[in-house]
Amino acid sequence: MSEFEISSLLQAIYQKYGYDFRQYSEAHIRRRIMNRMSMSGLKDVSQIQSMVLKDETIASQLLQDLSITVTEMFRDSGFYKSLRDYVIPILKTYPFIKIWHAGCATGEEAYSMAIIMQEEGLYDRTTIYATDFNQQALNKAKEGIFSNKMIKEYTINYQLSGGKESLSSYYTSNYGNVIMNQSLKKNIVWANHNLVTDSVFAEVHLILCRNVLIYFEKDLQNKVQKLFYNSLINGGVLCLGSKEGLRFTDFYEEYKDVDKKQKIFKKKYQLANALEG
Amino acid sequence: MSYEAIVIGVSSGGMKAMKIMFSHLPKGFKTPIIIVQHISAHSDSQWIQLLNGTYTIDIKEADEKEKIENGKVYFAPPNYHLLIEKNKTFSLTIDEPVNYARPSIDVLFESAAEMYKNKLIGIILTGSNSDGTNGIKRIQECGGLTIVQDPKTAEADYMPIAAISAIQPDYILSLEDIIKLLIKLDKQ
Ligand SMILES: C[S@@+](CC[C@H](N)C(=O)[O-])C[C@H]1O[C@@H](n2cnc3c(N)ncnc32)[C@H](O)[C@@H]1O
Repeated sequence: MSEFEISSLLQAIYQKYGYDFRQYSEAHIRRRIMNRMSMSGLKDVSQIQSMVLKDETIASQLLQDLSITVTEMFRDSGFYKSLRDYVIPILKTYPFIKIWHAGCATGEEAYSMAIIMQEEGLYDRTTIYATDFNQQALNKAKEGIFSNKMIKEYTINYQLSGGKESLSSYYTSNYGNVIMNQSLKKNIVWANHNLVTDSVFAEVHLILCRNVLIYFEKDLQNKVQKLFYNSLINGGVLCLGSKEGLRFTDFYEEYKDVDKKQKIFKKKYQLANALEG
Repeated sequence: MSYEAIVIGVSSGGMKAMKIMFSHLPKGFKTPIIIVQHISAHSDSQWIQLLNGTYTIDIKEADEKEKIENGKVYFAPPNYHLLIEKNKTFSLTIDEPVNYARPSIDVLFESAAEMYKNKLIGIILTGSNSDGTNGIKRIQECGGLTIVQDPKTAEADYMPIAAISAIQPDYILSLEDIIKLLIKLDKQ
Protein backbone atom coordinates (compact mmCIF):
# COMPACT_ATOMS: atom_id res chain seq x y z
CA MET A 1 0.00 0.00 0.00
CA SER A 2 1.68 3.20 -1.15
CA GLU A 3 1.66 6.62 0.49
CA PHE A 4 -0.23 7.91 -2.48
CA GLU A 5 -3.00 5.33 -2.12
CA ILE A 6 -3.40 6.17 1.54
CA SER A 7 -3.56 9.89 0.98
CA SER A 8 -6.04 9.50 -1.83
CA LEU A 9 -8.30 7.39 0.42
CA LEU A 10 -8.06 9.98 3.21
CA GLN A 11 -8.81 12.75 0.74
CA ALA A 12 -11.89 10.87 -0.43
CA ILE A 13 -13.11 10.33 3.15
CA TYR A 14 -12.62 14.01 3.91
CA GLN A 15 -14.51 15.18 0.84
CA LYS A 16 -17.40 12.82 1.27
CA TYR A 17 -17.80 12.72 5.07
CA GLY A 18 -15.91 15.75 6.40
CA TYR A 19 -13.63 13.72 8.68
CA ASP A 20 -10.09 14.91 8.24
CA PHE A 21 -7.45 12.24 8.90
CA ARG A 22 -4.95 13.70 6.45
CA GLN A 23 -2.51 14.80 9.15
CA TYR A 24 -2.76 11.75 11.38
CA SER A 25 0.26 9.53 11.91
CA GLU A 26 0.64 7.58 8.69
CA ALA A 27 1.95 4.43 10.33
CA HIS A 28 -1.17 4.35 12.50
CA ILE A 29 -3.55 4.97 9.58
CA ARG A 30 -1.78 2.35 7.46
CA ARG A 31 -2.07 -0.24 10.20
CA ARG A 32 -5.78 0.36 10.73
CA ILE A 33 -6.57 0.31 6.99
CA MET A 34 -4.65 -2.95 6.54
CA ASN A 35 -6.57 -4.46 9.47
CA ARG A 36 -9.89 -3.41 8.00
CA MET A 37 -8.92 -4.77 4.57
CA SER A 38 -7.91 -8.14 5.95
CA MET A 39 -11.06 -8.36 8.10
CA SER A 40 -13.27 -7.53 5.13
CA GLY A 41 -11.29 -9.76 2.77
CA LEU A 42 -10.25 -6.90 0.52
CA LYS A 43 -7.10 -7.07 -1.57
CA ASP A 44 -6.23 -3.50 -2.43
CA VAL A 45 -6.86 0.05 -1.38
CA SER A 46 -8.73 1.10 -4.49
CA GLN A 47 -11.33 -1.53 -3.58
CA ILE A 48 -11.77 -0.18 -0.07
CA GLN A 49 -11.86 3.35 -1.42
CA SER A 50 -14.76 2.69 -3.75
CA MET A 51 -16.60 0.75 -1.04
CA VAL A 52 -16.14 3.47 1.53
CA LEU A 53 -17.60 5.99 -0.87
CA LYS A 54 -20.59 3.83 -1.76
CA ASP A 55 -21.40 2.09 1.49
CA GLU A 56 -21.99 4.11 4.65
CA THR A 57 -21.69 1.10 6.96
CA ILE A 58 -18.18 0.36 5.74
CA ALA A 59 -17.36 4.03 6.02
CA SER A 60 -18.55 4.16 9.59
CA GLN A 61 -16.63 0.97 10.38
CA LEU A 62 -13.48 2.54 9.03
CA LEU A 63 -14.09 5.69 11.05
CA GLN A 64 -14.33 3.48 14.15
CA ASP A 65 -11.07 1.83 13.14
CA LEU A 66 -9.25 5.09 12.69
CA SER A 67 -10.53 6.63 15.91
CA ILE A 68 -9.12 4.47 18.65
CA THR A 69 -11.53 4.60 21.58
CA VAL A 70 -9.55 2.40 23.96
CA THR A 71 -9.72 3.95 27.43
CA GLU A 72 -9.88 3.15 31.17
CA MET A 73 -11.09 4.60 34.45
CA PHE A 74 -8.24 6.20 36.39
CA ARG A 75 -5.73 5.17 33.73
CA ASP A 76 -2.25 6.01 35.06
CA SER A 77 -3.04 6.20 38.76
CA GLY A 78 0.05 8.37 39.32
CA PHE A 79 -1.48 11.01 37.11
CA TYR A 80 -4.75 11.13 39.08
CA LYS A 81 -2.82 11.23 42.34
CA SER A 82 -0.95 14.26 41.10
CA LEU A 83 -4.20 15.80 39.89
CA ARG A 84 -5.60 15.52 43.42
CA ASP A 85 -2.45 16.86 45.04
CA TYR A 86 -1.60 19.77 42.75
CA VAL A 87 -4.54 20.66 40.51
CA ILE A 88 -7.47 20.41 42.91
CA PRO A 89 -6.01 23.13 45.19
CA ILE A 90 -5.88 25.44 42.17
CA LEU A 91 -9.46 24.61 41.15
CA LYS A 92 -10.71 25.21 44.71
CA THR A 93 -9.95 28.89 44.35
CA TYR A 94 -12.62 29.38 41.65
CA PRO A 95 -16.31 30.00 42.42
CA PHE A 96 -17.31 27.77 39.52
CA ILE A 97 -15.17 25.32 37.59
CA LYS A 98 -15.22 24.32 33.94
CA ILE A 99 -13.35 21.23 32.78
CA TRP A 100 -12.91 20.02 29.20
CA HIS A 101 -12.11 16.41 28.36
CA ALA A 102 -11.07 16.53 24.70
CA GLY A 103 -11.20 13.07 23.11
CA CYS A 104 -13.18 11.50 25.96
CA ALA A 105 -13.89 8.27 24.01
CA THR A 106 -16.48 6.19 25.91
CA GLY A 107 -16.35 8.44 28.95
CA GLU A 108 -14.42 6.50 31.60
CA GLU A 109 -12.04 9.42 32.07
CA ALA A 110 -14.85 11.95 32.56
CA TYR A 111 -16.55 9.70 35.13
CA SER A 112 -13.23 9.37 36.95
CA MET A 113 -13.01 13.14 37.09
CA ALA A 114 -16.59 13.46 38.34
CA ILE A 115 -15.74 11.04 41.16
CA ILE A 116 -12.72 13.09 42.19
CA MET A 117 -14.67 16.35 42.13
CA GLN A 118 -17.37 14.77 44.28
CA GLU A 119 -14.85 13.51 46.80
CA GLU A 120 -13.23 16.93 46.94
CA GLY A 121 -16.60 18.58 47.53
CA LEU A 122 -16.39 20.57 44.31
CA TYR A 123 -18.75 18.78 42.01
CA ASP A 124 -21.76 21.03 42.61
CA ARG A 125 -19.92 24.00 41.16
CA THR A 126 -18.32 22.06 38.31
CA THR A 127 -19.30 21.56 34.68
CA ILE A 128 -17.47 18.86 32.75
CA TYR A 129 -17.55 19.18 28.98
CA ALA A 130 -16.67 15.79 27.55
CA THR A 131 -16.18 15.85 23.80
CA ASP A 132 -15.23 13.47 21.02
CA PHE A 133 -15.81 13.30 17.28
CA ASN A 134 -16.93 9.70 17.51
CA GLN A 135 -20.70 9.79 18.05
CA GLN A 136 -20.92 6.07 18.73
CA ALA A 137 -18.42 6.41 21.57
CA LEU A 138 -20.26 9.47 22.92
CA ASN A 139 -23.56 7.58 22.98
CA LYS A 140 -21.94 4.87 25.04
CA ALA A 141 -20.41 7.45 27.34
CA LYS A 142 -23.77 9.08 27.92
CA GLU A 143 -25.31 5.74 28.88
CA GLY A 144 -22.55 5.16 31.39
CA ILE A 145 -22.84 1.37 31.23
CA PHE A 146 -19.55 -0.50 31.14
CA SER A 147 -18.60 -4.13 31.13
CA ASN A 148 -17.52 -5.31 34.57
CA LYS A 149 -14.56 -7.20 33.09
CA MET A 150 -12.25 -4.28 33.73
CA ILE A 151 -13.69 -3.22 37.07
CA LYS A 152 -11.07 -5.02 39.13
CA GLU A 153 -8.34 -3.17 37.28
CA TYR A 154 -10.22 0.13 37.68
CA THR A 155 -10.63 -0.49 41.40
CA ILE A 156 -6.89 -0.93 41.80
CA ASN A 157 -6.26 2.19 39.71
CA TYR A 158 -8.76 4.13 41.83
CA GLN A 159 -7.18 3.07 45.10
CA LEU A 160 -3.66 3.82 43.89
CA SER A 161 -4.82 7.26 42.76
CA GLY A 162 -5.83 8.22 46.29
CA GLY A 163 -9.53 7.32 46.14
CA LYS A 164 -11.36 8.07 49.37
CA GLU A 165 -14.33 5.71 49.12
CA SER A 166 -14.84 2.35 47.53
CA LEU A 167 -15.22 2.53 43.76
CA SER A 168 -18.26 0.26 44.01
CA SER A 169 -20.17 3.07 45.72
CA TYR A 170 -20.25 4.88 42.38
CA TYR A 171 -22.03 2.25 40.32
CA THR A 172 -24.59 -0.53 40.51
CA SER A 173 -23.91 -3.95 39.06
CA ASN A 174 -26.27 -5.48 36.60
CA TYR A 175 -25.81 -8.67 34.54
CA GLY A 176 -22.10 -8.39 33.89
CA ASN A 177 -22.27 -4.61 33.55
CA VAL A 178 -21.82 -1.69 35.85
CA ILE A 179 -24.07 1.35 35.62
CA MET A 180 -22.57 4.63 36.74
CA ASN A 181 -24.55 6.62 39.32
CA GLN A 182 -26.90 9.31 38.12
CA SER A 183 -25.29 11.76 40.54
CA LEU A 184 -22.04 11.54 38.56
CA LYS A 185 -23.77 12.27 35.28
CA LYS A 186 -25.62 15.36 36.32
CA ASN A 187 -22.88 17.92 35.57
CA ILE A 188 -21.33 16.26 32.56
CA VAL A 189 -22.19 17.73 29.16
CA TRP A 190 -21.44 15.31 26.32
CA ALA A 191 -20.83 16.96 22.96
CA ASN A 192 -19.63 16.12 19.50
CA HIS A 193 -16.54 18.18 18.75
CA ASN A 194 -13.80 17.60 16.20
CA LEU A 195 -10.42 18.89 17.33
CA VAL A 196 -9.20 19.19 13.75
CA THR A 197 -12.08 21.04 12.15
CA ASP A 198 -14.06 22.71 14.97
CA SER A 199 -13.10 25.79 16.96
CA VAL A 200 -13.05 26.95 20.58
CA PHE A 201 -16.41 26.47 22.26
CA ALA A 202 -15.85 27.46 25.88
CA GLU A 203 -13.39 29.10 28.21
CA VAL A 204 -12.27 26.55 30.77
CA HIS A 205 -10.10 26.17 33.87
CA LEU A 206 -8.78 22.70 33.11
CA ILE A 207 -8.26 20.73 29.89
CA LEU A 208 -7.50 17.03 29.75
CA CYS A 209 -6.48 15.68 26.37
CA ARG A 210 -4.81 12.37 26.98
CA ASN A 211 -3.67 9.88 24.36
CA VAL A 212 -5.29 11.72 21.49
CA LEU A 213 -2.42 13.84 20.19
CA ILE A 214 -0.09 10.84 19.85
CA TYR A 215 -2.10 10.01 16.74
CA PHE A 216 -1.46 13.42 15.17
CA GLU A 217 1.50 14.64 13.15
CA LYS A 218 3.51 17.55 14.54
CA ASP A 219 1.77 20.34 12.62
CA LEU A 220 -1.63 19.11 13.62
CA GLN A 221 -0.55 18.79 17.25
CA ASN A 222 0.53 22.37 17.09
CA LYS A 223 -2.78 23.49 15.67
CA VAL A 224 -4.71 21.70 18.41
CA GLN A 225 -2.41 23.14 21.07
CA LYS A 226 -3.35 26.58 19.82
CA LEU A 227 -7.00 25.70 20.30
CA PHE A 228 -6.27 24.58 23.86
CA TYR A 229 -4.25 27.67 24.61
CA ASN A 230 -7.10 29.87 23.47
CA SER A 231 -9.63 27.89 25.51
CA LEU A 232 -7.77 28.08 28.83
CA ILE A 233 -8.10 30.98 31.21
CA ASN A 234 -4.87 32.54 32.45
CA GLY A 235 -3.42 30.20 35.05
CA GLY A 236 -5.53 27.34 33.68
CA VAL A 237 -4.19 23.79 33.67
CA LEU A 238 -3.48 21.46 30.74
CA CYS A 239 -3.06 17.68 31.20
CA LEU A 240 -1.63 15.50 28.45
CA GLY A 241 -1.04 11.75 28.22
CA SER A 242 2.00 10.31 29.97
CA LYS A 243 3.97 10.00 26.70
CA GLU A 244 2.91 13.35 25.26
CA GLY A 245 4.44 16.80 25.65
CA LEU A 246 4.67 20.36 24.45
CA ARG A 247 8.30 20.32 23.42
CA PHE A 248 7.66 20.15 19.68
CA THR A 249 4.96 22.81 19.72
CA ASP A 250 4.97 26.61 19.71
CA PHE A 251 3.50 26.63 23.21
CA TYR A 252 6.35 25.13 25.19
CA GLU A 253 7.29 28.50 26.68
CA GLU A 254 3.71 29.46 27.44
CA TYR A 255 3.26 26.97 30.28
CA LYS A 256 4.97 26.17 33.57
CA ASP A 257 5.42 22.59 34.73
CA VAL A 258 3.07 21.54 37.51
CA ASP A 259 4.22 17.92 37.36
CA LYS A 260 6.77 17.19 34.65
CA LYS A 261 6.48 13.43 34.84
CA GLN A 262 2.68 13.38 34.75
CA LYS A 263 2.55 16.00 31.97
CA ILE A 264 0.56 18.59 33.89
CA PHE A 265 1.13 22.21 32.79
CA LYS A 266 -0.12 25.59 33.95
CA LYS A 267 -0.74 28.39 31.50
CA LYS A 268 1.40 31.44 32.28
CA TYR A 269 -0.28 34.75 32.80
CA GLN A 270 -0.18 36.87 29.67
CA LEU A 271 1.47 40.16 30.45
CA ALA A 272 -0.83 42.24 28.23
CA ASN A 273 -3.93 40.91 29.92
CA ALA A 274 -2.42 41.28 33.34
CA LEU A 275 -1.71 44.94 32.69
CA GLU A 276 -5.13 45.65 31.27
CA GLY A 277 -6.79 43.80 34.10
CA MET B 1 26.06 -0.78 7.21
CA SER B 2 23.96 -2.55 4.61
CA TYR B 3 20.94 -2.63 6.95
CA GLU B 4 19.28 0.47 8.33
CA ALA B 5 17.71 -0.97 11.46
CA ILE B 6 17.39 -4.06 13.64
CA VAL B 7 14.10 -4.94 15.34
CA ILE B 8 14.03 -7.47 18.16
CA GLY B 9 11.05 -9.20 19.78
CA VAL B 10 11.57 -10.86 23.13
CA SER B 11 9.42 -11.97 26.03
CA SER B 12 10.09 -14.23 29.01
CA GLY B 13 13.80 -14.68 29.62
CA GLY B 14 14.31 -11.46 27.72
CA MET B 15 16.10 -9.31 30.23
CA LYS B 16 18.89 -11.82 30.61
CA ALA B 17 19.26 -12.22 26.85
CA MET B 18 19.26 -8.47 26.28
CA LYS B 19 21.93 -7.92 28.90
CA ILE B 20 24.16 -10.51 27.25
CA MET B 21 23.65 -8.80 23.92
CA PHE B 22 24.37 -5.29 25.23
CA SER B 23 27.54 -6.41 26.97
CA HIS B 24 28.88 -7.82 23.69
CA LEU B 25 28.03 -4.97 21.36
CA PRO B 26 31.25 -3.09 20.61
CA LYS B 27 31.71 0.64 20.93
CA GLY B 28 30.77 2.26 17.63
CA PHE B 29 28.05 -0.27 16.74
CA LYS B 30 25.99 1.80 14.33
CA THR B 31 22.78 0.09 13.27
CA PRO B 32 19.91 1.32 15.47
CA ILE B 33 18.25 -1.45 17.49
CA ILE B 34 14.53 -1.23 18.29
CA ILE B 35 13.17 -3.67 20.86
CA VAL B 36 9.78 -4.82 22.07
CA GLN B 37 10.20 -6.56 25.40
CA HIS B 38 6.91 -7.73 26.91
CA ILE B 39 6.54 -6.09 30.27
CA SER B 40 3.82 -5.27 32.78
CA ALA B 41 1.63 -2.32 31.87
CA HIS B 42 2.22 -0.83 35.31
CA SER B 43 5.99 -0.83 35.23
CA ASP B 44 7.53 2.58 34.88
CA SER B 45 10.55 3.20 32.72
CA GLN B 46 13.12 2.98 35.45
CA TRP B 47 14.56 -0.32 34.26
CA ILE B 48 15.56 1.31 31.00
CA GLN B 49 17.40 4.07 32.82
CA LEU B 50 19.17 1.42 34.87
CA LEU B 51 20.33 -0.37 31.73
CA ASN B 52 21.65 2.81 30.21
CA GLY B 53 25.03 3.68 31.61
CA THR B 54 25.85 0.05 32.29
CA TYR B 55 26.90 -0.63 28.70
CA THR B 56 28.87 1.20 26.03
CA ILE B 57 25.82 1.59 23.81
CA ASP B 58 23.13 4.28 24.40
CA ILE B 59 19.88 2.72 25.62
CA LYS B 60 16.62 4.64 25.93
CA GLU B 61 12.85 4.46 25.78
CA ALA B 62 11.41 5.42 22.39
CA ASP B 63 9.70 8.82 22.61
CA GLU B 64 6.76 9.92 20.57
CA LYS B 65 7.96 11.67 17.33
CA GLU B 66 11.61 11.00 18.19
CA LYS B 67 14.02 10.61 15.28
CA ILE B 68 15.70 7.20 15.05
CA GLU B 69 19.46 7.64 15.25
CA ASN B 70 22.42 5.42 14.54
CA GLY B 71 24.25 3.93 17.50
CA LYS B 72 21.20 3.81 19.76
CA VAL B 73 19.04 1.14 21.33
CA TYR B 74 15.33 1.93 21.79
CA PHE B 75 12.75 0.10 23.90
CA ALA B 76 9.01 0.38 23.34
CA PRO B 77 7.43 2.01 26.42
CA PRO B 78 5.22 -0.14 28.65
CA ASN B 79 1.51 -0.09 27.71
CA TYR B 80 1.96 1.50 24.26
CA HIS B 81 2.45 0.01 20.81
CA LEU B 82 5.45 1.32 18.91
CA LEU B 83 5.25 2.21 15.20
CA ILE B 84 7.75 3.62 12.72
CA GLU B 85 6.93 6.46 10.35
CA LYS B 86 8.32 7.01 6.89
CA ASN B 87 10.50 9.89 8.07
CA LYS B 88 12.14 7.47 10.52
CA THR B 89 10.48 8.77 13.62
CA PHE B 90 8.53 6.84 16.25
CA SER B 91 4.79 6.92 16.84
CA LEU B 92 3.05 5.50 19.88
CA THR B 93 -0.52 4.20 20.03
CA ILE B 94 -2.75 2.74 22.70
CA ASP B 95 -4.79 0.55 20.37
CA GLU B 96 -6.05 -2.66 21.93
CA PRO B 97 -3.43 -5.25 22.91
CA VAL B 98 -2.41 -7.65 20.13
CA ASN B 99 -1.77 -11.26 21.21
CA TYR B 100 -2.59 -10.01 24.74
CA ALA B 101 0.46 -7.79 24.49
CA ARG B 102 0.96 -4.04 24.48
CA PRO B 103 3.58 -3.29 23.26
CA SER B 104 3.19 -6.05 20.71
CA ILE B 105 6.06 -7.43 18.65
CA ASP B 106 3.81 -7.98 15.63
CA VAL B 107 2.78 -4.33 15.61
CA LEU B 108 6.37 -3.05 15.63
CA PHE B 109 7.62 -5.61 13.11
CA GLU B 110 4.80 -5.03 10.61
CA SER B 111 5.29 -1.30 10.69
CA ALA B 112 9.11 -1.58 10.47
CA ALA B 113 8.79 -3.99 7.54
CA GLU B 114 6.69 -1.45 5.60
CA MET B 115 9.16 1.27 6.32
CA TYR B 116 12.58 -0.37 5.91
CA LYS B 117 11.71 -3.14 3.41
CA ASN B 118 14.91 -5.07 2.59
CA LYS B 119 17.02 -2.79 4.78
CA LEU B 120 15.70 -4.39 7.96
CA ILE B 121 16.88 -7.21 10.21
CA GLY B 122 14.15 -8.88 12.29
CA ILE B 123 15.02 -11.09 15.26
CA ILE B 124 12.86 -13.30 17.46
CA LEU B 125 14.41 -14.34 20.76
CA THR B 126 13.28 -16.25 23.83
CA GLY B 127 9.61 -16.04 24.84
CA SER B 128 6.58 -18.08 25.82
CA ASN B 129 3.84 -16.87 23.47
CA SER B 130 3.45 -16.47 19.74
CA ASP B 131 3.58 -12.69 19.43
CA GLY B 132 6.04 -11.78 16.66
CA THR B 133 5.19 -14.64 14.33
CA ASN B 134 3.06 -12.54 11.97
CA GLY B 135 5.56 -9.72 12.19
CA ILE B 136 8.61 -11.74 11.23
CA LYS B 137 6.64 -13.20 8.36
CA ARG B 138 5.87 -9.71 7.14
CA ILE B 139 9.55 -8.75 7.37
CA GLN B 140 10.43 -11.70 5.17
CA GLU B 141 7.71 -10.82 2.66
CA CYS B 142 9.12 -7.30 2.43
CA GLY B 143 12.62 -8.60 1.75
CA GLY B 144 14.21 -8.11 5.16
CA LEU B 145 16.67 -10.48 6.83
CA THR B 146 15.11 -12.80 9.41
CA ILE B 147 16.86 -14.41 12.37
CA VAL B 148 15.36 -16.67 15.03
CA GLN B 149 17.08 -17.82 18.18
CA ASP B 150 17.72 -21.56 18.12
CA PRO B 151 14.89 -22.88 20.35
CA LYS B 152 17.29 -25.36 21.95
CA THR B 153 19.32 -22.46 23.30
CA ALA B 154 16.43 -20.19 24.29
CA GLU B 155 15.30 -19.88 27.90
CA ALA B 156 11.70 -20.12 26.67
CA ASP B 157 11.37 -21.89 23.33
CA TYR B 158 7.71 -21.25 22.46
CA MET B 159 8.20 -17.99 20.61
CA PRO B 160 11.15 -19.12 18.46
CA ILE B 161 9.35 -22.38 17.63
CA ALA B 162 6.22 -20.46 16.61
CA ALA B 163 8.29 -18.23 14.33
CA ILE B 164 10.12 -21.15 12.72
CA SER B 165 6.89 -23.01 12.06
CA ALA B 166 5.54 -19.99 10.16
CA ILE B 167 8.57 -19.10 8.04
CA GLN B 168 11.92 -20.42 7.01
CA PRO B 169 14.19 -17.82 8.60
CA ASP B 170 17.49 -16.86 7.03
CA TYR B 171 19.29 -17.88 10.20
CA ILE B 172 18.54 -20.04 13.23
CA LEU B 173 21.33 -19.37 15.71
CA SER B 174 22.28 -19.28 19.35
CA LEU B 175 22.27 -15.87 20.99
CA GLU B 176 26.08 -15.71 20.89
CA ASP B 177 26.12 -16.41 17.16
CA ILE B 178 23.37 -13.90 16.52
CA ILE B 179 25.50 -11.25 18.20
CA LYS B 180 28.54 -12.20 16.09
CA LEU B 181 26.46 -12.02 12.94
CA LEU B 182 25.07 -8.60 13.85
CA ILE B 183 28.56 -7.25 14.47
CA LYS B 184 29.69 -8.55 11.09
CA LEU B 185 26.67 -7.11 9.28
CA ASP B 186 27.10 -3.77 11.02
CA LYS B 187 30.59 -3.42 9.53
CA GLN B 188 29.53 -4.18 5.96
C1 LIG C 1 -7.25 6.54 22.74
S1 LIG C 1 -8.66 7.50 23.05
C2 LIG C 1 -8.21 8.36 24.51
C3 LIG C 1 -9.29 8.29 25.56
C4 LIG C 1 -8.96 8.93 26.88
N1 LIG C 1 -8.64 10.32 26.75
C5 LIG C 1 -7.83 8.18 27.57
O1 LIG C 1 -6.70 8.65 27.59
O2 LIG C 1 -8.09 7.10 28.10
C6 LIG C 1 -8.57 8.68 21.74
C7 LIG C 1 -9.89 9.38 21.46
O3 LIG C 1 -9.64 10.54 20.67
C8 LIG C 1 -10.72 10.70 19.77
N2 LIG C 1 -10.28 11.53 18.65
C9 LIG C 1 -9.40 11.24 17.67
N3 LIG C 1 -9.33 12.25 16.79
C10 LIG C 1 -10.20 13.21 17.22
C11 LIG C 1 -10.58 14.48 16.73
N4 LIG C 1 -10.07 14.96 15.58
N5 LIG C 1 -11.48 15.20 17.43
C12 LIG C 1 -12.02 14.72 18.57
N6 LIG C 1 -11.71 13.51 19.09
C13 LIG C 1 -10.80 12.77 18.42
C14 LIG C 1 -11.06 9.29 19.38
O4 LIG C 1 -12.38 9.19 18.87
C15 LIG C 1 -10.88 8.53 20.69
O5 LIG C 1 -12.08 8.43 21.37
